[in-house]
Amino acid sequence: MPLKKEGKPKIKGVSYAKYGYLFSLPFVIIFLVFMLYPTLFTAVIGFTDFKGVVATSFKFLEHPFDNFVSIFANKTFRTSLVNTVVIWTMNFIPQMGLALLLTAWFTNRSRRIRGQGAFKVLFYLPNIITAASVAILYGVIFAYPIGPINDILQSLHLIKEPFDFSTSPWAAKIVVAFIQFWQWYGYTTIILISGVLGINPELFEAAEIDGASPRQTFFQVTLPCMRTILIFTLITSLIGGLNMFDIPKLYIWNGGPANATMTTSVFIYAQAFSGTYLYNKAAAASMIMFVIIAILSAFTFFLMRDRSEARAIRAMKRMEKLKKGAAV
Amino acid sequence: MKLRRKVNIGIYIVCGILAILSIMPFWIMIVNATRSTVQIQQHAVSLIPSTHILENWKVLTGKTFNPFTGFINSVIISTGATACAVYFSTLTAYALVAYEWKMRQPFFTVILAVMMIPTQVISIGFYQFMYRIGMTNNLLALILPAIAAPMTVFFMRQYMLPSLNLDIVASARIDGAGEFRTFNSIVLPIMKPAMATQAIFTYVTSWNALFMPMILLTKKENYTMPIMVSLLKGDIYKTEYGAVYLALTLSILPLFIVYFLLSKYIIAGVALGSVKE
Repeated sequence: MPLKKEGKPKIKGVSYAKYGYLFSLPFVIIFLVFMLYPTLFTAVIGFTDFKGVVATSFKFLEHPFDNFVSIFANKTFRTSLVNTVVIWTMNFIPQMGLALLLTAWFTNRSRRIRGQGAFKVLFYLPNIITAASVAILYGVIFAYPIGPINDILQSLHLIKEPFDFSTSPWAAKIVVAFIQFWQWYGYTTIILISGVLGINPELFEAAEIDGASPRQTFFQVTLPCMRTILIFTLITSLIGGLNMFDIPKLYIWNGGPANATMTTSVFIYAQAFSGTYLYNKAAAASMIMFVIIAILSAFTFFLMRDRSEARAIRAMKRMEKLKKGAAV
Repeated sequence: MKLRRKVNIGIYIVCGILAILSIMPFWIMIVNATRSTVQIQQHAVSLIPSTHILENWKVLTGKTFNPFTGFINSVIISTGATACAVYFSTLTAYALVAYEWKMRQPFFTVILAVMMIPTQVISIGFYQFMYRIGMTNNLLALILPAIAAPMTVFFMRQYMLPSLNLDIVASARIDGAGEFRTFNSIVLPIMKPAMATQAIFTYVTSWNALFMPMILLTKKENYTMPIMVSLLKGDIYKTEYGAVYLALTLSILPLFIVYFLLSKYIIAGVALGSVKE
């Protein structure tokens, strides 16, 4: 399709098209070498007998889908898939609930909550801290028999004997989900608030004139306008959740009690890099995750395309505001 | 009016509790870093710091945890990756915005399509590839891939579209400036705010990364800070609580400082919806 617009980057018939290719070349080369090739390589390994720490050669399996069949039949993998979804859900529902509540409070124009900036800074703080450190920190905070949580619960007389959080499968899951929630609700809140600020203010004025209560306004104006942003948050959080690794890996070693905190990423890591070197099985599991994530990201792809232009304009306005703020 | 005030007080209380929840674990951590393991085992929570920080330091560094090595490696990787990601993403975005070329739209579509795919799911192929070309335990294996950062390119393009006036580029051409020079001396300054935002997030993401570094870096002298931290989970530090708290404090302190210095820009950057690994 010849897509030629008149004039624009052409002066005196000189074509600048080659610079488009030239300037995107570094990206393209690195992308092909470090992303596309490893992706194809992972896919290929999934169909081979490739395992062992020093092995470099491999051959394709007679039944090419054997690794996939055995991964799906693998009880630990199925447990890890269920765990990943369960832990993500236990983190996401309260996270979204709290973020929506905070958004409703902070954007309610008649309430004028003060100190929002400071609250946002504090709520977002856990997100920026190394997840590995956070996981270990929670590990010692929930330590048994003497750790800060047991200490606090005992001094408040809520429990008589110290509780061992690391041997109960559900306690382990809940703590991992809580850490995820604690790290991410601030992020989600800020995203949602910025989404509300992007809604045309005339809509709110119209609602006010029509005598809508703040509650009605929130549920009938704000939420419907936020549909895209909510779906976007949901999908990106799900993709992030499907890759959950640092927290479950380091909060409790080796998947926790009865593999309660074994997520798919921890499973893949264990298959390939800690002792067993079953690269083919790990690659098959990776490709299963790849397909799931690719389907999910296809949704965001279509969402993004529609929103990209509007976002661009908003992004610029906000940046300019920030620049002015910094100059003052 | 009265009811509203009551509800507002309730809101402040909830927000206050959440704020405490954000700080409390770190407060316990910092205080316990100064307390001896014996003190911690008697009472795990204390609001008052103690004087045993040097003992903890000796226990900590007497074993496998080396905060200096971890810090330096993390600085090298994060700085390199951030410089690569920010510069080349801006360059790629410029190619997408300023020039008309046949593959422009298909190229942008590819960027959108792969933007959400996390590198973790291709780690097996990535590791095997690096192993074959002898780049495991080479920090460049974690720096160079940053040159192709689809998310950053996307963000840069979104910022560049409305803020870069192509007439300026055209007049630079008339003045005889080369295309690459125009980019470096005219486009880059315009993109500074966007580049700063992206630099912060790339730096932090790279600093915090555990999965890829843990796979690629197997020699102790190459460990990054998060890998060092992961050593604390092993048996070596099992009962040395004071040392563990101190190590965690050391790993988190740089982020704390950066965060409270730049929090205004970080929060504004998050609001742009630009981050999410």
